[in-house]
Amino acid sequence: MKKLINQHPNKTARWFLGLLPFAILLVLYLIASDARLTENPNDKLLPAFASFGDAIYRMAFEANKRSGDILLWVDTASSLTRLAWGVGISALAGLVFGVLNGTIPFLRASFSPMVTFLSLIPPMAILPILFIGFGLGELAKVMLIVIGITPFLIRDLQQRVLEIPAEQLIKAQTLGASTWQIMLRVVLPQVLPRLIDAVRLSLGAAWLFLIAAEAIAADQGLGYRIFLVRRYLAMDVILPYVLWITLLAFVVDYGLKKISLWCFPWFHSLTATQGNGK
Amino acid sequence: MSYIDINNLWKEYGDQVVLERINAQVKKGDFITIVGASGCGKTTFLKMLLGTESPSRGAIVLDGKPIPAEPSAERGIVFQRYSVFPHMTVLKNVMLARELEHSRLLGLLFGTKRSAAKKEATELLERVGLGHALNKYPHELSGGMQQRLALAQSLMRKPAILLLDEPFGALDPGIRADMHALVLDLWKQHQLTIFMITHDLKEGFSLGTRLWVFDKLRHDPQAPNAYGARVTYDIPVGQADRSLYRQLNRQLDANAQPATPV
Repeated sequence: MKKLINQHPNKTARWFLGLLPFAILLVLYLIASDARLTENPNDKLLPAFASFGDAIYRMAFEANKRSGDILLWVDTASSLTRLAWGVGISALAGLVFGVLNGTIPFLRASFSPMVTFLSLIPPMAILPILFIGFGLGELAKVMLIVIGITPFLIRDLQQRVLEIPAEQLIKAQTLGASTWQIMLRVVLPQVLPRLIDAVRLSLGAAWLFLIAAEAIAADQGLGYRIFLVRRYLAMDVILPYVLWITLLAFVVDYGLKKISLWCFPWFHSLTATQGNGK
Repeated sequence: MSYIDINNLWKEYGDQVVLERINAQVKKGDFITIVGASGCGKTTFLKMLLGTESPSRGAIVLDGKPIPAEPSAERGIVFQRYSVFPHMTVLKNVMLARELEHSRLLGLLFGTKRSAAKKEATELLERVGLGHALNKYPHELSGGMQQRLALAQSLMRKPAILLLDEPFGALDPGIRADMHALVLDLWKQHQLTIFMITHDLKEGFSLGTRLWVFDKLRHDPQAPNAYGARVTYDIPVGQADRSLYRQLNRQLDANAQPATPV
């Protein structure tokens, strides 16, 4: 018998082991839901699967009686639009300031303390300021995401630029490169894949800020809907919405990973070989 | 007047004297190999030639003018590692020099200029033995091939001076011999002035025209940092004999000290 650390599951076993916790969770839910519903058929806390089916059908395939919209798609579209704007603006700002701060010592001396200061402000604490300043429209929600994740992106990108070996920057200068050319041809292409990594890491926070902003002031959006139906204890809507958000988050993350693999093959084989201790 | 004049050069970091009273004249086309115990200031000297360190006293004069205090196109460099750009293919790594030269704004060439740069880079890469690997990325190359690439990349900009900082230190002995032949070949072809640091005394004796030995002449055991290294030998290669080699070898071993963090 080999030691435990040397035993590896084969492919079938890995699938089985990976799905097992989900299956257990599902069974536990079914048992608990069933127990509560026998006690009180009107219980709303742990709805039966049939209620989920009804709720999903109502939200995703039927036009809402009052507004005429199919709510799930309207909510998804407005949430994803806000997320895309927020993350897009943040990524661009992170890239520009990260590269500038990382490359030019004088800019770093001036901006780096400021960025650190900004990154330590809890974004939720200034949400009221955003609502006062930018109104209750889309801008305030996008700004919350931007303020929430941009300082992290700038700091991360700046750090990645500083990790580029000094030898490369010296080499570029001996090939006649100017500061601008070094940023454009040496620094920028090398931090683009790292920007994607950083954005993937910040997406969790971006979703958090999005849902928080929608919960407080919005008239559509995934976060808005969840907090709206909470008033009626509508777990049959909330849980599918949560799963849907989880799925969206997964798809966005997976998509970014694939884009990175496709656009920057050198980066991924580089990190893979370094991972092997080379 | 000689090509490079090194006038009473000192380098100190606080109390620590790394180099003292370095005086030398270098002719165009000299191939100087530099040996010395680790931590004796060879690399600091090379950095001053490169422009990333400045002398505490004295000066290096190139062609009658003080050497520029930052890296520039007339001085090419090959480091032991990290000399090539990991995000570019072999061909693009070499084309880069021409692109930077002719396209100040974008650093990219198009059309006929691009084809010309491509052709030139391909020829250079074939000369260093990388004609078969044009579209590979550096991480797909062995250590020796990466150093060949770094050499080709530097030469594309046609530097007058080539600085080599232990370029073959990480390579296997067999590959090192090939690299020596290549460097000598490129040195003649491009009429370069080369400074090469090595920790391998044999390398110093077999390559180049002059061998410099960096060593501390004065030594105070109570204050090991009080005196810096100087050029203790300046030997025309070819006139050195076996006994001198053995003597130097012993001396360097005896004076070897832990590398100073610089």
